[in-house]
Amino acid sequence: MRQESIDLMGVLLSVRDLQTSFFTSDGEIRAVDGVTFDIDEGATVGLVGESGCGKSVTALSIMRLLSRGTGRVVGGEILYRGENLAEYSEAGMRRIRGNEISMIFQEPMTSLNPVFTIGEQIGEAVRLHQGVSAREARNRAVEMLRLVKIAEPEKRIKDYPHQLSGGMRQRVMIAIALSCNPRLLMADEPTTALDVTIQAQILDLIGELQERLGMAVLLITHDLGVVAQQADDVAVMYAGRIVERAKPEIIFSRPMHPYTVGLMNSVPGATGKRRRLEAIPGIVPSPLDWPSGCRFRTRCTRADDACAHSPPELVEVEPGHWVSCLKVSAADAPVLAVEA
Amino acid sequence: MFTYITRRVTGTIPVIILISLLVFMLVQSAPGDPADLLLSDEATEQDVAEARARWGLDQPVWVQYWKFFTAAIQGDLGTSFRYADPVLSMILDRLPATIELSAFSILIAVVFGVPLGVWAGARPNSWADNFGSLFGFFGISMPNFWFGIMLILLLSGVLNLLPSSGRDTYGIASDPITGFYLLDSILHRNWKALWDGLAHIIMPAIALGTNMMGILMRVTRSSVLEVMHEDYITTARAKGVNERNVLWRHAVRNAMIPIITVVGLELGTLLSGSIIVETVFSWPGSGQLLISAITARDYPLITGTVLTYTMIFVVINLVIDVLYAVIDPRIRFDK
Ligand SMILES: Nc1ncnc2c1ncn2[C@@H]1O[C@H](COP(=O)(O)OP(=O)(O)OP(=O)(O)O)[C@@H](O)[C@H]1O
Ligand SMILES: [Mg+2]
Repeated sequence: MRQESIDLMGVLLSVRDLQTSFFTSDGEIRAVDGVTFDIDEGATVGLVGESGCGKSVTALSIMRLLSRGTGRVVGGEILYRGENLAEYSEAGMRRIRGNEISMIFQEPMTSLNPVFTIGEQIGEAVRLHQGVSAREARNRAVEMLRLVKIAEPEKRIKDYPHQLSGGMRQRVMIAIALSCNPRLLMADEPTTALDVTIQAQILDLIGELQERLGMAVLLITHDLGVVAQQADDVAVMYAGRIVERAKPEIIFSRPMHPYTVGLMNSVPGATGKRRRLEAIPGIVPSPLDWPSGCRFRTRCTRADDACAHSPPELVEVEPGHWVSCLKVSAADAPVLAVEA
Repeated sequence: MFTYITRRVTGTIPVIILISLLVFMLVQSAPGDPADLLLSDEATEQDVAEARARWGLDQPVWVQYWKFFTAAIQGDLGTSFRYADPVLSMILDRLPATIELSAFSILIAVVFGVPLGVWAGARPNSWADNFGSLFGFFGISMPNFWFGIMLILLLSGVLNLLPSSGRDTYGIASDPITGFYLLDSILHRNWKALWDGLAHIIMPAIALGTNMMGILMRVTRSSVLEVMHEDYITTARAKGVNERNVLWRHAVRNAMIPIITVVGLELGTLLSGSIIVETVFSWPGSGQLLISAITARDYPLITGTVLTYTMIFVVINLVIDVLYAVIDPRIRFDK
């Protein structure tokens, strides 16, 4: 009992059975359909999955920034420090955005406003949330640029985005996101659009700043290698659902969901060993018309009739290792089997 | 920025020379002889020949042009055949009226067109958007002279609310300072004259500005609509910026770039439209002067007026280019 309440206190963000749909002329797109995960204070959770599986929509649902009119959270709840974000007013939500929860995006080239200086864009959030003067906001902008390791910050704040490289712009995005000391940073594929050499620098920077500022990070990526290094917890998403969740050591040493296994095989060196690049056969089904039962069954080598009947529950096959697959049971988990 | 402007100004010189040549040729090739049109019916063969010699019409076109050109670069646009007054001073007398009318029309177009467009673009397919589109369509498809005549019929004829012609009521206006009546009345604190000036300008300005307003509203709408889908708009929202500032601060500034291009292009249309609208409303501007000069084949006056309009276009284009640089840092010059 006591143990549990302490656990709850450590949880910063709790996403419970989140369902988000887009209502378009083609019908309801169930982009996210039952996603559950927790992020502890100061922890890093990696959200991994192929393009289109609903990672960005999950993050945007948390921020309540779904495109108005079409996108809507239709089920589940998002608890931030124990409070349901759906119950916040729009003004209340704005006090959270950029202040308590911030976000950086995949495309540094287009995520900064081309007509404002870097200094103005960093200062804007600070002035908004901390009510400081223009001068203090400017100083804070300089300080933030120094923090993200941009040389000559006093000069750089007067630059416009087009004067910076992609890597520099992503650093500026990080500076904006962290300018108000958020408790949670959601990084939506922060390095996908960057050169390989810059990717590592940006990830290291996020890791370093996280340690220094003590915030939690939701690291969204389709690169398993990235989460292997940084995450405390990994959630693998497929077709709007979480199919497997565990600590990275566990997931990388014994992936259980056939999709995770396939994903590992398609990444060279992700499992530590060099393997032949093995893409998962088939294509991701359309979110307008998900397959019945298990959504991976159309691409799964182990699928049979049973998989089409009902969607598999996410079950704990060994302590801290959750898998949603009819073909995987506790018996497959070696540790648990030995202990039992 | 300064070197950029100098470069642009020098670049326009050949354009102006070319235009002057073209206008000169066109005017000369138009049917009808000024001497026939301007002299009385009783004029003898000899009178006509004398007039032609006095106006230089007996010389080859090249010689005429060269004379015109050398005088023009010294600021002399020649003498009107009909009025025997210097063309330049005639134009300068009339120009303030044209500029005032055009500026007022642009003001109306921008003040109504841009906010309506932003409003519609921020809420696509709402009733506001539909209303705006209808309004824009109305503005674009209406010919200004027809709209002007309809306004006169309704507001002056039927309702007797506004004066149908001219720039002021005789005797009310203050002494000119700038030549712009509205400005002069304000400078003189002559509120009665200001009111009178507004009553005269409002109808021709609406007739002239409605087209541009419609176009501006449409362009603004689509520009805002497009900008609102940009990634940096999501970034602004993710920072906690409220929807009003997302729209008016983050989106509109970016949406302005195509809008300015359109304003620049449409200014030309507006200026040429003013020639007709001035005639419809008997507005004593240089457009009216041009029309009467054309009817009389008053060559120097036609050439001078058209050249003046050309210069205005050139200046407008320059101003537009500078405005780009002010709004969009990506096109700032010396750096
Ligand atoms: N505004 C929208 N309107 C309609 N459908 C949308 C919208 N945004 C996302 N979707 C749909 O939701 C699904 C999930 O999209 P999402 O952007 O979350 O994928 P993702 O996992 O982030 O992929 P990626 O790795 O490419 O970023 C997609 O099928 C997409 O078509
Ligand atoms: Mg995405």
